[in-house]
Amino acid sequence: MTTARTIPTVKAEINGLECEVPEGTTILQAAERIGIRIPRLCYHPDLPAWAACGICVVKVEGSPKMLRACATPVEDGMRITTHDPEIVRVRKSVLQLLLSTHPNDCLRCPRNGNCELQRLAADFGIREVPFASRVASLPTDDSTRAVVLNPEKCVKCGRCAIVCQRMQNVWALEFVGRGDSTRLAPTGDIQLAESPCIRCGQCSAHCPVGAIYEHDETDRVWRALQNPDLHCVVQIAPAVRVAIGEAFGYEPGTVLTGKTYAALRRLGFQAVFDTNFGADLTIMEEATEFVHRFLHGAGPLPLITSCCPAWTDYMEKYAPDFIENFSTAKSPHAMLAAMAKTYYAQVKGLDPAKIYMVSVMPCTAKKFEIIRSREMFDGERPYVNVSITTRELARMIKECGIDFMELPDEEADSILGYYTGAGTIFGATGGVMEAALRTAHYLITKREAPDINFLPLRGLDGVKEATIEIAGRTLRVAAAHWMNNIETVLDRVRETRRRGEEPAYHFIEVMACRGGCVGGGGQPYGADDEVRRRRASGIYQDDAMSQKRCSHQNPYIQKLYAEFLGAPLSARAHELLHTHYRRRPVYAR
Amino acid sequence: MPYSQFVLVCAGTACDSCQSREIYSRLTAAVRSQGLEGRVQVVRTGCFGFCAQGPVVKVLPDETFYVQVRPEDAGEIVAEHLAKGRPVKRLLYGGAGRAAIADIPFYQKQFRIVLRNCGVIDPENIEEYIAREGYEALATVLTSMTPEDVIEQVRISGLRGRGGAGYPTWKKWTFTKNADSDVKYVICNADEGDPGAYMDRSTLEGDPHSVLEAMAIAGYAVGAHQGYIYIRAEYPLAIHRLEVALRQARELGLLGRDILGTGFDFDVELRLGAGAFVCGEETALIASIEGHRGMPVPRPPYPAVRGLWGRPTVINNVETLANIPVIILKGGAWFASIGTETSKGTKVFALTGKVNNSGLIEVPMGTTLREIIFDIGGGIKGGKRFKAAQTGGPSGGVIPESFLDTPIDYESLAKLGSIMGSGGLIVMDEDDCIVDVNKFYLEFTVDESCGKCAPCRIGGRTMFNLLTDITEGRGTVGHIEQIHTVAHAMQKASLCGLGQTAPNPVLSSLTYFGEEYRVHIKEKRCPSGRCRALVTYTILADKCIGCTLCARRCPVNCIRGERRQPHVIDLSRCIKCGECFKACKFGAVQRS
Repeated sequence: MTTARTIPTVKAEINGLECEVPEGTTILQAAERIGIRIPRLCYHPDLPAWAACGICVVKVEGSPKMLRACATPVEDGMRITTHDPEIVRVRKSVLQLLLSTHPNDCLRCPRNGNCELQRLAADFGIREVPFASRVASLPTDDSTRAVVLNPEKCVKCGRCAIVCQRMQNVWALEFVGRGDSTRLAPTGDIQLAESPCIRCGQCSAHCPVGAIYEHDETDRVWRALQNPDLHCVVQIAPAVRVAIGEAFGYEPGTVLTGKTYAALRRLGFQAVFDTNFGADLTIMEEATEFVHRFLHGAGPLPLITSCCPAWTDYMEKYAPDFIENFSTAKSPHAMLAAMAKTYYAQVKGLDPAKIYMVSVMPCTAKKFEIIRSREMFDGERPYVNVSITTRELARMIKECGIDFMELPDEEADSILGYYTGAGTIFGATGGVMEAALRTAHYLITKREAPDINFLPLRGLDGVKEATIEIAGRTLRVAAAHWMNNIETVLDRVRETRRRGEEPAYHFIEVMACRGGCVGGGGQPYGADDEVRRRRASGIYQDDAMSQKRCSHQNPYIQKLYAEFLGAPLSARAHELLHTHYRRRPVYAR
Repeated sequence: MPYSQFVLVCAGTACDSCQSREIYSRLTAAVRSQGLEGRVQVVRTGCFGFCAQGPVVKVLPDETFYVQVRPEDAGEIVAEHLAKGRPVKRLLYGGAGRAAIADIPFYQKQFRIVLRNCGVIDPENIEEYIAREGYEALATVLTSMTPEDVIEQVRISGLRGRGGAGYPTWKKWTFTKNADSDVKYVICNADEGDPGAYMDRSTLEGDPHSVLEAMAIAGYAVGAHQGYIYIRAEYPLAIHRLEVALRQARELGLLGRDILGTGFDFDVELRLGAGAFVCGEETALIASIEGHRGMPVPRPPYPAVRGLWGRPTVINNVETLANIPVIILKGGAWFASIGTETSKGTKVFALTGKVNNSGLIEVPMGTTLREIIFDIGGGIKGGKRFKAAQTGGPSGGVIPESFLDTPIDYESLAKLGSIMGSGGLIVMDEDDCIVDVNKFYLEFTVDESCGKCAPCRIGGRTMFNLLTDITEGRGTVGHIEQIHTVAHAMQKASLCGLGQTAPNPVLSSLTYFGEEYRVHIKEKRCPSGRCRALVTYTILADKCIGCTLCARRCPVNCIRGERRQPHVIDLSRCIKCGECFKACKFGAVQRS
């Protein structure tokens, strides 16, 4: 964010080196500028410093106690020491205390190899823990079948609770008990599935250790792949292709669509589809829905996007006054799955009952979405059989010893594989809106938009607003991500609604996770804004390089409507591609 | 006709729990039946402080001081003393010789500023407070002083925070005054939680208006119009008296809008704490008032600059505030004339433990521990030997006999490895085991840790377990080494004062009583016999006369023996309670 006002600076001395930083810079941030990454555990750049762990302590001249670098702003004239034998000794003692209450069963831990506590223990050369081991015996909570809580591994860094409360505004997780019995648990000490949890998985994405992780369903996928009666098909979400590489040594944001297709075929999938095709289909339905409401008043405005399952869950619990505003269009992978088990089955002459659909998603909430309402089922059979996360797919590839880097680039399978740039940008905040506007412009004016890059909708600002002129009418849109930003947008709408005025916005896009799906709860660990930015730029690069960049230009989409669906919002489209929402209790208990 | 005699009945929590309410009603009834109601007024007051001797009843104007009064004594007091002018000698402290408070050593070395009205006025009657110069300080401040003048008097007084850390009060006020904000707050910290400490409770029970008046003065000085008293829900009587006081002060226009017609608005609300010790830490207290879990956040920013709901907030403890009206009325210089070079005024202590006169006392800063324990406290119970005194509760340290003559102030106590703390003062005698006592304090801090920061949450429990090992015979030299490692990490890396000071009792006791730890570890012996795992009781056959007393006292019936024959303890069943040892009059039961 740039402001015209210059921020005053302060001068301090860190380890004898002069350092001038903007006012408000913490010691931890200032030290990074002179090449010192102060060891830390509870600190996460996404979150306000919670200052719990006591690892990042430093000395400041004049202070008898050590101060936490993460939470202490640099002041003018401060003389800071970030390391000396005593500081290192204290950090090491604190680390050993933490390890004395940790199971230390790294070899069997979901975070083996990318655990922040493990890394600290390695960095500090911990060879023994002098203190007697005391690991609380606490049950694991897998009630959501999406996000698993294993309190025995919890280091009480507080990140999950802060993410859940302050970043996501969900308030499902809280500190419970006190003193040595303090735990992070669903508020009220109930099961997570009974709590307001929206399964966004941001807690798991921020957990430094193996205390919160995705409900692993790779075994179900392996079993399906082994079953000769099944025709196993798979689809990958937009954000997967720009993040999966991180598990194999690629830089964040590297577009690896072709290699991911190839890997999936080597795992044994008989057809590889792309959720981006589903995204193009979603745009056809949703943009049409929008145009109907905008031009013909066929429903209340603003129209609000519904492809994020954590967001729909949130809305059903916390903002049911917006149910009528929600697009009834299913999310892209749900649409694609419905097409696989109808249209694709019909074209290929397959028994839909034998088709087994696996979705690879950056998301933990998708695990819930696929069973959230009866529209997700064809009778008794779910359209999506199992939804796994990017992390789970990476593990499956590694389990097989597939050398990801050496894989050739392959193409997706017809007829549900070809996608436009509009489909791919679904993976970043603002992308769904941008894709919808590209098509909405065409639907309203019957002409392509003069510039299809809606730049104000890109980037990581929490709420992005834009006004767009289409056919002499001004369209007010907003895109918000991480749930805490949503209420401000909704409140603006509520305010205009209360006053009986024109709605504050005509079209709103919401994604629950910071940065959108690129920062999803099922993505490879270690995301911060820099990583999200790079993943998003990979996505926009994929868009820019696409031959076709608007969903309505996708020839396979056109073919699908011509051969099977008829037109957007047709009866068949409604039956297969749309869903409904209902008020859900915030607490299931 | 005005009253000519007054009967003051202590209605503090301690006396209240010993039927002082019943004493009050019987006295009132007796006065009426004797036809004295026009001449004698019976008043329920706050705590007199002499809790060991409660329930306490005082008669004015002759200052007769009755102790350990029972409800059935009420009739006699009225019939004899009030009607006939003949004091009831059997109820006087120390027998007939000591009738008045001035004659009682417990009171002689005390100097009361904070407790000035406790035991003197009816705390539920604002007029009695006003009659004792109540709200005069507020009137003076509002009509003839600028906020700067007020802070200047507080600066001159040298008043420092009585909650424990001793931060100069005027500095806190100045920070908040200078902070740029249209809304500011004053908070009274009444979340007293040290084991054995009840200074704040008694002050609020006995003189609630002194705190309300001080809060309004603080509000005027810093520019705040709203105050909160954060008080433990476990203090129902104090809460009740505060509610009554608030109502009365509002009715008289001493709180609320346009106080005394000066245009100054200030009101106070109560916030009840759910009994977490850590909520006495100011940032945790603020979190709790805001409706969050009471967990500290790092300082800076200090609450004085960014506190309650992000606004500049002065937080003072009850005792600190209770000094303020007196400082205003008598002047900062008067206050500064009391005490030591660095610590001015008085300090209230809750004197408990193995001391004859346990109770609530107020002494000038600079009084020695010896004066407190032996002159005011009347020495050690049962003629035992003094071992150590603990100040500062679970954040303080033990002070051995060799330092009994140190004048007490913030600095001298810190030098001894303890702290002033909020005023808990626990006396230990030779029967107390120093390792065991420290286990008690650590257990307290371990229970009361909020669990947020790793050093405190894990370190406290680890240290407690190490001490448990030592008291149960599993101690090694390595245990002491580990205690020092953990203590260092806790002191340096804990987020708030609770964790930073939790190792103090252990560290100071290792300094002064290291030998006792060594004996526990090396010789597997507890000299005081407190650590049951290290003690064995046996009966010496040549000394036992077979009186059977020990066998009758034994709660688990593990002592066998014929009458007039030596008895034997079945060690496999013995729970080492020590009852036989205490019971034996012939020295036949041996502890080893």
